[in-house]
Amino acid sequence: MSTVESLDVGALLPSRQHTPDNAELFFYNAALWNAHRIHYDLPYATKEEGYDGLVIAGPMIGDWMTQVVDDWLQNQPEADTLMLAELDYSNRIAAFIGETLTSGGIVTEVTRSADADKIHIDLFVKNERDEIITPGKAVVLWSHGTVAK
Amino acid sequence: MTDTPAALLRAEDLAHIGKASEPQREIVNRRDIRKYAIATNQRQQRYINGDVAPPLFHVALFWPVVELDELTPDGVAIDRFVPTFPLTRAMAGGLHIEYHQPIKPGDELLAVRTLTNVYEKAGRSGALIFYEVVLAVTAASGVPVVTETTTRILR
Repeated sequence: MSTVESLDVGALLPSRQHTPDNAELFFYNAALWNAHRIHYDLPYATKEEGYDGLVIAGPMIGDWMTQVVDDWLQNQPEADTLMLAELDYSNRIAAFIGETLTSGGIVTEVTRSADADKIHIDLFVKNERDEIITPGKAVVLWSHGTVAK
Repeated sequence: MTDTPAALLRAEDLAHIGKASEPQREIVNRRDIRKYAIATNQRQQRYINGDVAPPLFHVALFWPVVELDELTPDGVAIDRFVPTFPLTRAMAGGLHIEYHQPIKPGDELLAVRTLTNVYEKAGRSGALIFYEVVLAVTAASGVPVVTETTTRILR
């Protein structure tokens, strides 16, 4: 198993695929209280707004992107001293029910210091055409003590 | 894109910078965490059990609970916080989130939205308006929990 201590720039985080269906998208928007029709009203989404289908919610894709780094850090031997400190993302290209999306990440920088190390990670969610629809970044803090969980 | 002298934004638009919302108070409960965790297909059992919230749970927790007559015909909640700017068509924006403390069932949290910046830039197909809203989530004691900055682009 890899460890954060020996982590190098260029290390890949495990990728994952998501093929959401209507029930999953419905649950997500219900959990928010989001009634935007593009997520459940197919005639509205396609005829009124000109989309190719029911639009997958942007922050839902952001969440899948976040799970790449969050699941990765929980699986490190040092998980108890790792914390997701910062996260950036932007929804750039729409995705629709029926598509399979792939999330992943790569370590871009590791800054070592006496108190805490910072691990910088580039994150992405891609569509089947290999377009990055949601790019993002994360900073993971490795405290050389314990962190709140 | 280049910075240009303001052509679209009026003094009254810029006067909104610094505007803050009333605090939104929410009590975190296990059931809401569980629903969010299942809807987002989480794999960590502590999230599915609702022992602690996944990193983007605050998005759901502080999504406005609007009434039916507050929805526009497209089903979107009318946003009464962000003022009406000279451009209205929203483009993709971005989020920057800083984490301070985990969120757990029983937590009493407060969120305040502040419009922190409004500016414009010349884009290839005309001027664009940018605005930034900071959502500051704190514990009732005032300790910071999550700080989220959203940048939105209007064309």
